[in-house]
Amino acid sequence: MTARTVDSGLPSAALASGGRTIRSRRVQALQLLLRAVYYLILIGGSVMYAIPFFWMIRASLMSIDMFYEVPQPLFPDPPAWNNYTDVWQVGPVLWWITNSTIVSFVGVTVGTFISALVAFGFARLRFPGNRALFLLVISTMMLPQHVTIIPQVILFRELNWLDTLLPLIVPLLGGAPFYIFLLRQFFLTLPLELDEAAAIDGASRMRVFWTIVIPLSKPAIATVAVFSFISHWNDFFFPLIVLQSSERLTLAVGMRWLQAGQYEAQRLHLQMAIALIAVAPVVILFFLAQKHFIRGIALTGIKG
Amino acid sequence: MRTTRWQRWSGLLFIAPWLITFLWFTLGPFIASIFLSFTNYRFIGLPEWVGADNYVRLFTDDAKFIRSIINTLYYTAVHVPGIMVMAFFVAILLNQKVKGQPIYRTAFYLPSVTAGVATAYLWILLLQPNGLVNQFLGLVGIDGPNWLTSSTWAMPALILMSFWGLGTTMIIYLAALQGIPQHLYEAASVDGAGVIRKMWHVTVPMMTPAIFLTAVLQIIGSWQVFTQALIVTNGGPRDSTLFILLHLYRTGFEYFQMGYASAIAWVLFVIILVFTVLQFGIARRWVYYEGASER
Repeated sequence: MTARTVDSGLPSAALASGGRTIRSRRVQALQLLLRAVYYLILIGGSVMYAIPFFWMIRASLMSIDMFYEVPQPLFPDPPAWNNYTDVWQVGPVLWWITNSTIVSFVGVTVGTFISALVAFGFARLRFPGNRALFLLVISTMMLPQHVTIIPQVILFRELNWLDTLLPLIVPLLGGAPFYIFLLRQFFLTLPLELDEAAAIDGASRMRVFWTIVIPLSKPAIATVAVFSFISHWNDFFFPLIVLQSSERLTLAVGMRWLQAGQYEAQRLHLQMAIALIAVAPVVILFFLAQKHFIRGIALTGIKG
Repeated sequence: MRTTRWQRWSGLLFIAPWLITFLWFTLGPFIASIFLSFTNYRFIGLPEWVGADNYVRLFTDDAKFIRSIINTLYYTAVHVPGIMVMAFFVAILLNQKVKGQPIYRTAFYLPSVTAGVATAYLWILLLQPNGLVNQFLGLVGIDGPNWLTSSTWAMPALILMSFWGLGTTMIIYLAALQGIPQHLYEAASVDGAGVIRKMWHVTVPMMTPAIFLTAVLQIIGSWQVFTQALIVTNGGPRDSTLFILLHLYRTGFEYFQMGYASAIAWVLFVIILVFTVLQFGIARRWVYYEGASER
């Protein structure tokens, strides 16, 4: 995605490549102007989109008094580093991080593995009802969460799972429809002869899955794992409903808990510090695995 | 290869984990929620059958519900076209030969990855009377409103915030742009097409599948706005940002009127379904699939 750039009709593309256009002086001046405007919009826009993150860091390093200074200091001086030590006292933050980590970890490992297993079944194996069941997967992919949430909560109550992490973890053991769909599409692109050759050599289906399909699909699986981490880490609606006790919450719900509590105004700076702690893993992962985010789009088969 | 009965059925073993959780956590609750929507159930005791009463009450005796639908429509009507146009524009900008393209792309894309409670927190700060948004407006001579305490400006504030998350849509467009074969532009040039006509007769038609996809996703998403409505404005002021899903949440999980909340869930589900089916219905008229006519 990075290397290839196409002429999509904007003048600047022609400008950058130059050459083809007739070069009178006036045209050159116009080109230069257009190019300047182009860069101005691009850089200005990027800065506007990036500034809120800077604002977040800044606010997390401000003492609470600085919020009331007029004008507020652009760079907190001195930076209130102690926000990051005080933050652990406003609530069971360490528990929240632990809970979010547990759910995300199971989602990324077990969830991704089972999604791949199910996707393998749909893509490579023939059994009665394969197509019909796959249509069901696609339908559930589009089924909004809120339609099933109320009976789910009643079910979890009957199982005594409310206010535990089980409602967040157990459904993961069946894989996620969207990832099953993505991985199935990917597995379909691998040549079927590989499976057949392995089967002739006496390999079981599980062996074909584990030693042939998985190694060939590493990039697709990594993409699914990354998306899965982000969606579990950021998940809010569902954990908000099933969790209750303060030390059982995930980080996202914990932040809501903080907000709903008293003294809200007095700890804006600490809230921002927690927000930064919550965003950090996602941002770090994004920079480590940038190509997977981009590839995720190609994986869905949307191209042109 | 000879197929034994075992081989015929063993494939089902691979999909069994999904099938079991699907039946248990999705299909069962799905059917149960239809039933619940015709009952009065308060999370204790037994559901009491009330026929269509919940649905009648929704449309005749629940001003908040009607308000939440109007609010959601308002949001959808501005957010969806707005984010699509902006994302398209950014994607076109990023698709040029430009130094440091990955940096710009990251800046535009990152906010959509971090979306959640943390960034909602952040926007509370940005939307304060002396916050970043108003400081920026001040630079161009506009005296910004007090976004979050005004029932006129709270919804525009949430829409503004939503534009920060154009990344996913933008990336889909960028992928689609890079999938357009270069020879189409060359052919258009040979025919004497200028910049505008290339855009209109090559870029836009080739992008219609991506435009269609993002329209479907964005409309589904805007009927399910929840986090920002709860965290940033908490539905207020005076219900001006009461979204339908927030209304459902309060009814079901704060007032524990679970039968009634199930009815809200079903109305919302049907609305989303109708919007999506309608879009697929009219897609044939305007979405161009390359090679579709040759098949």
